[in-house]
Amino acid sequence: MPIAKRIIDAVREVIRRWFDPSEIKSVGSTPDYRFSLANERTFLAWLRTGLALIAGGLAAAQFLPPLPLRHLREVIAVVLLLLGGTVAIRAVDRWARIERAIRLGEELPVSRFPAVLALLVGLGALLLVGAVLVMGFGGR
Amino acid sequence: MTRDPGLQPERTRLAWRRTALALTVVAVLALRLALTRGVPGALLGAAVVLLWAGALVALWGRAAGRGPVRAGTRALPSIALSTAGLALLSVPLVLRGVW
Repeated sequence: MPIAKRIIDAVREVIRRWFDPSEIKSVGSTPDYRFSLANERTFLAWLRTGLALIAGGLAAAQFLPPLPLRHLREVIAVVLLLLGGTVAIRAVDRWARIERAIRLGEELPVSRFPAVLALLVGLGALLLVGAVLVMGFGGR
Repeated sequence: MTRDPGLQPERTRLAWRRTALALTVVAVLALRLALTRGVPGALLGAAVVLLWAGALVALWGRAAGRGPVRAGTRALPSIALSTAGLALLSVPLVLRGVW
C-alpha cells in the first residue's frame, strides 16, 4: 500500500521535525527571546485547552448518570477525548509554524481552527441544554 | 541580560507549572476510570502513569526554571504527544464500559 506508506512517512517526518530543535533554528534569525516565550505560553494555553476537553470527557464517562439515549454518555466522552487530543497535536504544530514565521519575520499564519472549535463547543453546549430540558420535563 | 520588566521567564515558568498541574488532574481522572475496568483497564492505567511521569520528566527543566531561556526544546512536543496519548488511552477505557 504505497499511499499508507507515504502517509506514515509524512507523519514520521513531521514528528521528527517537532523534536529536532536545530530544524527550527536553521531558518531566519533568532528573535527577541520574549517573542519565543510568548509563543511558548500560547502553546501551553492551547495545551491546557486540550487537557480541559480531555478532563471533560473523562468526567462525562465517570460522573454522568446513564442517559436516556443509549450510549450517549460514551459518545459525549469519546468526542471530547478526540477533540482534546486534536487540540494538543495542533498546539505543537501551530507553535512550530509561529516560531518559524517569527524567525523569518513573516506574518503569523492564520487559522480557522479556533472558530471551528468555538462553534463545536457552543453547539455541544446548546445540545446539552436541550437534552437537560427534555430530560427535566420528560421525567415528570 | 537586563532584567525584563515584563517578567516573561517567570510567566512562562508558571504557565509550565499550571500545565503540569492540569496534566496531573487528567492523569488522575484517567487512572480512576482505568481502575474500574478490570485487568485490561489496570494495564491501560499503568500506561497512563508512565505517560504522565514521562511528560513530567520532559517538562521538569522548564517548570523549575533551570537553564537558559531558549526556543526549540523537546519538552514541547513531548508534553503535547503525552496529552494526545492520554486522550487515546482513555478512549478504550470509556468504550470498555459499553462492551
